[in-house]
Amino acid sequence: MLFDSMGAKIIPRLASPEVTEPRWANAMASLSHKDLLSIKQLSVEDIILILDTAEALKEVAARPVKKVPTLRGKTVINLFFEPSTRTRSSFELAEKRLSADILNFSPSTSSVSKGETLLDTARNLQSMAPDIIVIRHESAGAPHLLARECRSSIINAGDGMHEHPTQALLDALTIRTVKGRLDGLKLAIVGDISHSRVARSDTILFHKMGSEVRVCGPTTLIPWDFDKLGAKIYGKMEEAIEGADVIMMLRLQHERQNEAFIPSTREYYNFYGLTRERMRLANKDTIVMHPGPMNRGVEIDSDVADASYSVILNQVANGVAARMAVLYLLSGNAGLKLKKHSR
Amino acid sequence: MQLILRQGRIIDPSQQLDKVADLGIDEGRVAEIAQRIRKKGRKEIDARGLLVFPGFIDMHVHLREPGREDSETIETGTNAAARGGYTGIACMPNTQPVNDCEAVTSFILERAREVSKIAVYPVGAITKGSQGKTLAEIGEMYRSGIVAISDDGHPVQDNQVMRRAMEYSRLFGLPVIDHCEDKELAGGGVMHEGYYSTLLGLRGMNPAAEELHVVRDVILAQQTGAQVHIAHLSTRRSLAAVVRARKEDGTSITCEATPHHLLLTDAEVSSYDTNTKINPPLRSQGDVDALVKAAASGDIDAIATDHAPHNINDKMLEFDRAPFGIVGLETAVSLIYDRFVRTGVFTLERFVRLFSTNPARILKLERGTLAKGCWADIMLLDPDLVCEVRSSEFCSRSRNTPFEGWKLRGGPVMTIVKGKVVWSF
Repeated sequence: MLFDSMGAKIIPRLASPEVTEPRWANAMASLSHKDLLSIKQLSVEDIILILDTAEALKEVAARPVKKVPTLRGKTVINLFFEPSTRTRSSFELAEKRLSADILNFSPSTSSVSKGETLLDTARNLQSMAPDIIVIRHESAGAPHLLARECRSSIINAGDGMHEHPTQALLDALTIRTVKGRLDGLKLAIVGDISHSRVARSDTILFHKMGSEVRVCGPTTLIPWDFDKLGAKIYGKMEEAIEGADVIMMLRLQHERQNEAFIPSTREYYNFYGLTRERMRLANKDTIVMHPGPMNRGVEIDSDVADASYSVILNQVANGVAARMAVLYLLSGNAGLKLKKHSR
Repeated sequence: MQLILRQGRIIDPSQQLDKVADLGIDEGRVAEIAQRIRKKGRKEIDARGLLVFPGFIDMHVHLREPGREDSETIETGTNAAARGGYTGIACMPNTQPVNDCEAVTSFILERAREVSKIAVYPVGAITKGSQGKTLAEIGEMYRSGIVAISDDGHPVQDNQVMRRAMEYSRLFGLPVIDHCEDKELAGGGVMHEGYYSTLLGLRGMNPAAEELHVVRDVILAQQTGAQVHIAHLSTRRSLAAVVRARKEDGTSITCEATPHHLLLTDAEVSSYDTNTKINPPLRSQGDVDALVKAAASGDIDAIATDHAPHNINDKMLEFDRAPFGIVGLETAVSLIYDRFVRTGVFTLERFVRLFSTNPARILKLERGTLAKGCWADIMLLDPDLVCEVRSSEFCSRSRNTPFEGWKLRGGPVMTIVKGKVVWSF
């Protein structure tokens, strides 16, 4: 079973805020994985290691020269088959801050538009000997196909409706920073659950970490057996957000919908939009998150999105740190001794 | 005598036969079954320790010729069948062009006469081009030699068209084989809708897509009196609908299951291996358990492979972009023997009914029996043969199997068609 260890209550360690030494530079800990394909594959210890590493790496962004030589001489390929601004620039910034050499591929500029298969693309890229390939693809499992074929470490930057592991990690980092813990928190994820890879990764991660995960949306947008991933299912938004410590709003994914799941966005807003009125049901210290991009006035009101309890922009900042941590830990795992390469 | 099989254990449910005996063949037909045949055969085979069955018939095969000879041809497909222990196969009409007229039927049969060592029974399309709109020239195809009609792979969506097809099929006594799938409800899914489709983020096919069409076919079969056969039945509810209909009014509706639906669940898709992408999709454990029980009890009439060869280039794609289907001819018999007969889930008699007696009866073939005077289509199985599934050794032109590396005990060692050994281990 995937979730054997999930019942265990493990209190994540909170990294000390006064890190003066670049603690991570000497850390020999690494992930016991070649690739990061999903949250499913990670243990609680893995997740804590990534979060702790990310916490330490936040310090780099505070330096006048926002760069460390950790990945100098390493090549990272960003292979984005789906349009992405946020995730892609976040990865790129993380790679640059770690001094990696970067190659960006996207379908419009590559041979994919000429009918090349993903496998051939992967093999061609492989022959350039990259250390890490970051892939976003509209097909679930595309990163797995790459991982089977490539010696490089593969990082899943979102595959279809499957997973978006680095998003879940940055969400966890954001919540842990604000709330000081993950264990025992009540997290409400509201919106289009069916088409959301973020909902899957978040549910699996927070359930593993001992949070109570509530998932809420119209019944047509909640996939079968979602409760078996470790979530409680709610139809009524009011019930889902009552007493929640964190409210995570998801975008209504118009581009993935070729069927009628909801009558109209107006009706959707009436039942599932996060408004100031609904926020009154939440706790005083409840925070609001959104993986972006937001549809203001559809799933979230502007006065909620821009309020003080919104940590949406913290998420973006933490995204860089979380991705730096993953890049760092996976490159260590590839057996590339960090110390030899850094001067 | 042309050929004598000495002292094999002969099992033939058509005559309630299960005994160790000699089987003599003359002029391609079964001449005698006796404790000891005194005459000498021009050729004799020592069948001690082997099981002797009426030849197995796979009533659901895709040969891909004409049109996709890069994936399979009539020659490679029938070679694969002979190696798998089959003496006859029914080939589905979704070739390019579709087998929807006399000319294509004749081409297939002509080609089979030239290259095939086993019998090929073409299945004609229900509608022109399998487009679900107007009836194909079923009568003319019948005259040329089709044994059933089906729009397998492109199932008839229009209920009125299906009704007319069933009515019309009665003129020729042709079985109507239906791949049951409501395309709208299947919703472009690529796997069974359930826990695993949710976990893997793959678009699910609602099992009701199959079940609704099974129920439709049951009702239309009752109304029209047509002989309806449900292809690759795969869910608990589909099964219940068929069983209920038989109990209610003794309708002659029959159904088949595939080895993969009896052996694998949707959990197999977790690796995103495109060799687990099949239509109907691999189902839940509950469905699999119900199917196995029904095959053992006889509620499922036949085991058919739905052998669907796909060139490796077509399968080495992202899961949602790869075509549906896996090959099955060269693995089915060993898989079922090892996993269900050896383990005592199926009796030997049931095994032979599922693979030979019933397919022959459903398709109205003078096969599936070793009665005196009948064609000597025979399969010999060694219950102790140890084999491993290695797709590199397949006679089939395609390698798309989810069973690669499975270690099995028991498998075909000789295939005899009309008294001639066409394949031996």
